[in-house]
Amino acid sequence: MRPIAYLRATDAANAVEAVSTDPTSDFLAGGTTEVDLLRQEVLNPRRLVDINDLPLTGIEGTPEGGLRIGALARMSDVAAAPVVRERFPMLAQVLESGASAQLRNMASMGGNLLQRVRCSYFRDAESPCNKREPGTGCSAIKGFSRGHAVLGTSEHCIATHPSDVAVALVALDARVRTLGPKGERTYAVDDFFLVPGDSPHREHPMEHGELITGIEVPATPVARRSLYLKVRDRASYEFALVSVAAALSVADGTIADVRMALGGVATKPWRARRAEDFLVGAATDPDGFRMAARVEMADARPTPLNAFKVELAQRAIVRALRTLSDGPGAGPAPRPGTGSPS
Amino acid sequence: MTATIPSATGQPLDRVDGYAKVSGRARYSAEIPIPDMAYAYVVGSRIAAGRVTGIDASAAQAEEGVLAVLTRQTLPRIAEQPPLIPSLAGTAAPGQTFFPVQDDTVHYAGQPIALVVADTWERAQHAARLLRVSYEETPPVTTLDQGRDLAYEPERIFGGWIPGRSERGDVAAGLREADVTVDGTYTYAANNHNPLEASCTTAQWDGDDLLLYDATQGVNATQMTVSRLLGIPMSRIRVIGHYVGGSFGSKAMIHAHPTLAAMAARAVGRPVKLFLTREQMFTSVGHREEQEQQVTLGATREGRLTAIRHLKLSPTSHFDDWAEPSVGTSSQIYACPHYEGAYRLFRANTMTPTFMRAPGEASGMHALECSLDELAHELGLDPIELRLRNHTEVDAMTGHPWSSSGLRECYERGADRFGWAGRDPRPGTRREGDWLIGTGMATASYPVAPLANPQRARARLYADGTAVVQAATPDFGTGVATVMAQVAADGLGLGVDRCRFESGDTDLPNIAAAVGSAGAGMISAAVHSAATALRRQLVDSAVADPGSPLFGADPVRVVVRDGVMTAGAASESYSDLLRRTLRPDAEAVGQWNPPAHDVPYGMMTFGAQFAEVAVDADLGVVRVRRMTGAFAPGRVLNAKTARSQLMGGMLWGLGQALLEANHMDPDTGHWVSSSLGEYLVPVNADAPDVDVELIEVEDDVVNPLGVKGVGEIGQVGVSAAIANAVHHATGRRIRELPITIEDLI
Repeated sequence: MRPIAYLRATDAANAVEAVSTDPTSDFLAGGTTEVDLLRQEVLNPRRLVDINDLPLTGIEGTPEGGLRIGALARMSDVAAAPVVRERFPMLAQVLESGASAQLRNMASMGGNLLQRVRCSYFRDAESPCNKREPGTGCSAIKGFSRGHAVLGTSEHCIATHPSDVAVALVALDARVRTLGPKGERTYAVDDFFLVPGDSPHREHPMEHGELITGIEVPATPVARRSLYLKVRDRASYEFALVSVAAALSVADGTIADVRMALGGVATKPWRARRAEDFLVGAATDPDGFRMAARVEMADARPTPLNAFKVELAQRAIVRALRTLSDGPGAGPAPRPGTGSPS
Repeated sequence: MTATIPSATGQPLDRVDGYAKVSGRARYSAEIPIPDMAYAYVVGSRIAAGRVTGIDASAAQAEEGVLAVLTRQTLPRIAEQPPLIPSLAGTAAPGQTFFPVQDDTVHYAGQPIALVVADTWERAQHAARLLRVSYEETPPVTTLDQGRDLAYEPERIFGGWIPGRSERGDVAAGLREADVTVDGTYTYAANNHNPLEASCTTAQWDGDDLLLYDATQGVNATQMTVSRLLGIPMSRIRVIGHYVGGSFGSKAMIHAHPTLAAMAARAVGRPVKLFLTREQMFTSVGHREEQEQQVTLGATREGRLTAIRHLKLSPTSHFDDWAEPSVGTSSQIYACPHYEGAYRLFRANTMTPTFMRAPGEASGMHALECSLDELAHELGLDPIELRLRNHTEVDAMTGHPWSSSGLRECYERGADRFGWAGRDPRPGTRREGDWLIGTGMATASYPVAPLANPQRARARLYADGTAVVQAATPDFGTGVATVMAQVAADGLGLGVDRCRFESGDTDLPNIAAAVGSAGAGMISAAVHSAATALRRQLVDSAVADPGSPLFGADPVRVVVRDGVMTAGAASESYSDLLRRTLRPDAEAVGQWNPPAHDVPYGMMTFGAQFAEVAVDADLGVVRVRRMTGAFAPGRVLNAKTARSQLMGGMLWGLGQALLEANHMDPDTGHWVSSSLGEYLVPVNADAPDVDVELIEVEDDVVNPLGVKGVGEIGQVGVSAAIANAVHHATGRRIRELPITIEDLI
């Protein structure tokens, strides 16, 4: 890796100033993705501004029933927090299904949102890649694209957004708070992630030097009955082929409220609004679930290698909805060692 | 003959080097502290086919700390290219008959085209990125689909060891006689070894003497290969590999990097450490090739095989006719009058593939055992019953009796432990919630590797009653150091805590590379021979010595236990003998001559694999719930390390069945998965309960202790048992490895 200068920031304002005034500086948080990419020379900053000492590690419930999570809270700490487990079971599940125990102990929540794609053509630092080097073309569209996206793609990029946590946050209408050279800002999380369009190198709306300081999750009573279903080849330590974050409340046999987002299939954490619209007020029956899933995936644009994701995503959506509508305890718990896709 | 009472051999002793390894005290080849060390980074070709037209090194050379940029203009030519011969043969064993950085042709992506040497590894790597390499690129050929029409039938494969075609009887006639035939084409993704320790060599010159610390399965193989390539005498090269962090075949052959490290060290006049990155491991040490196999079986209504045809197509490099020998065991392990096996290869932009755990059998037995399952299903026979109806007590290809078998017991005991009896054979009938449940089984077989040359070890007993036994071959994680202390203890008549095994150094007595599951058999033979020779020498010396209480005793009646020689009422310890005769130590070299290649026995290790899977009916996810393997590996030298290796092999088989895959991008000729994040191996969450049953069979043909090896047999047949269980669960035959979600939804 190339020589890199290092600065350890002591407060957020200084950190923001240090990075925003120098186009060759980047923040360093947990480093679990960034250090790999530095070694590969996919990322080439001249200086790293280490923000790990900043007081951004809080995890607290709000009086209204929501959550405030500091950007530097570690994934493992958030997953273990009782307030998270009680109010947002989906969020605890999603965190524990991501990465490995070691990585979760290190990775920060803010960094998780900004993790880079797993596309091997992006990460090899050599292949043509519009995300890494705008204008060079996309190697994945005609290449090995089994893990790539089918929703939100463009002719310039089909890389899947890799985060699990972001999928749950998108379902929960979270907000991302930042501090930048122009002061504090708050983004609705769904606006925070950009589809590639014709500028796949732009993955979020922040300007250079703007720092995520926290994540707010609004009170969401429906989330008390929620789950994260992650489908993958390996039982652990693998990114999702398809994932579904879903919350459901049922009153008198009809769906009163539903939240759903998809991971593994789209270029951003994908809020399944079409399916939600279809479901609200509908009965909890399997045909309706299947129809909602089909509506959500109608615009999918697969490659030959990832075409299976269109069908798999629909099945996963149906499974998630069925599991939630059947209520807790429905279906047998998987035996030890079998792993569980849910 | 004198006698000892074996007590250590077979015991489930803990690894003697376990503490050193987990505490970090063990020093691997990349961890040798040498002052003034420099670091070499291998620069691989970005293109897969064509020519390097120029390398502009000016920016790289200007970087701080850069000592040299070595390209084909500055790196010396090799003295000679030795032929590709498996390292088991005890000769030079290059991984391929092409040495890089000698001309401008590019044969495969990642082929070394330059070396950058700097005072730190990070500087070397960064400077490597600054090289401006220009290429003339031609379209690569890397995949089965691209190469199918280019295929030819090679005369011999696998380093010349295996004929490209073998036949007996008349398969066409056998298929005509058949009441039932099954025919299936199986495809396999390429696999890469991923030992924990990536390959590394540290090279240090002292005048004309070269010292290499190398991560290798055979220090002698490294020594011989580097000697031939550099044109320097064997006597000037010493190779040490005290600890090796796994290999699985990636370190069985001697790839380019040890020689490149030596060249770099000479060029900069400093010791040089060269280690491969995880990513480079995918392009530098060979792999299991992508392949397609076709198996056709003919059988009578009663389930007697009338014909077996087993064909294979796979890519090889531009230089070598390499295919892992997948079709051979199909000719041997079932009674069947007619057999045809053949390989077809095509030249592709790849390095020469190489050994990877159970090379050949892991893929070949998959196709054969899945086909047998299909046949059993067609015939309405239990899969074990079908195998028993075609059971053979002789090698079906040569007609020679097995030196030992135990296969029937493996079926029986495996089935019993697994709970096979009473299985409902109808597919798709067991369901638990969303999961479809199925069970499957397969035969495992792996040949006892034919060794070519004598194996030696040395035993030394000190006057204080402790012993050191030595042989060159390193312990690459299998437990050799532990097991050989046990063998030596019984040979000498000492407690195992008094014996230390020393290895991994060419200054020690020669022994071939530990490949092909041959390590335990060949090293134990040499160690046993050395230990018993030393015991005999000491007993003979005592009975001939008027000063010894044993004077005049019949040496045949002398028993040695805990270092004390006893004949009737008379006894003397080794220590007393040596001290009384003013000898600080005594030493003997033992030699074992392997059985001749034309020995009239079939030599094969057998086992039986059983698996239960759960398949999510909607989501296509396959999880293995439990596995049982029963194996007959001859004598077991240490029940714990043997069990560990077999269990590891079975989990490896799980990975082969469901996870492990690499693919070439057909346009670029690059592997698409070059990290442990993308190249999936099983993790703990994938690992089910694994039940290992050991069935000891006596074998006095293979080697003195009757050890047939456990390194690979554990894996063979697992993928078939899992695929057969997936069929049982779902009714679907998936003929592709790995079996993935898209195959099942």
